[in-house]
Amino acid sequence: MKLLYFAWVRQKVGRGEEIVDAPRHVATVGALAEWLKAKGGGYAEAFADPKRMRAAVNQEHVGFDAPVKAGDEVAFFPPVTGG
Amino acid sequence: MIRVQSDDFDPGAEIAKLHAGRSDIGAVASFVGLVRGESHGEKLTSMTLEHFPGMTERELERIEEQARARWALDDVVIVHRVGELKPGARIVLVATAAAHRAAAFEAAEFLMDYLKTRAPFWKRELRASGEHWVEARGSDDDAAARWR
Repeated sequence: MKLLYFAWVRQKVGRGEEIVDAPRHVATVGALAEWLKAKGGGYAEAFADPKRMRAAVNQEHVGFDAPVKAGDEVAFFPPVTGG
Repeated sequence: MIRVQSDDFDPGAEIAKLHAGRSDIGAVASFVGLVRGESHGEKLTSMTLEHFPGMTERELERIEEQARARWALDDVVIVHRVGELKPGARIVLVATAAAHRAAAFEAAEFLMDYLKTRAPFWKRELRASGEHWVEARGSDDDAAARWR
């Protein structure tokens, strides 16, 4: 799975992207966020409050209940502030 | 037409292009968003816009498609800048062309409301007290919810 991070999520995690092999039980965006949070350090800080986090799977906005699978591109970012 | 770029744009030239050589268009409505020089009671040094390359363009295209499905639009242009911008700089242009003004006005407002809540851009401000990510505003969600 390819993970992308933007804005303060990227700053807290300390990188903009990475490839991960998530365990089989990580089947939703929410489970992936929990799994990343458990890595501790910057991840724990970035994923501390899921309410402040948004996600996209394969460049489509999704909720935290959306499924994820190997090969997906999953992005985590704060609520958008363009315009 | 969607464009994401670091360069400035010329609103007059973009609007002229929108209806050049056509006589079926009776109305063009446009919105230009600018960098304000003050934020949270502090002088703003600069604003940096980050985005999600690829998804940004796709999301803007989806927003344009929705506007075209709702209103009889002859053309649409959305230009959004990224990178470091100074106070007074143009950030975004939305312009809509239609036979009559109601569709042009409404669609332009819809496009901006949806852009502000859906398009993956993030603003970071540099002020006297340091760097701050701009927080999303609930009033923007409320504005977008009006169209549902």
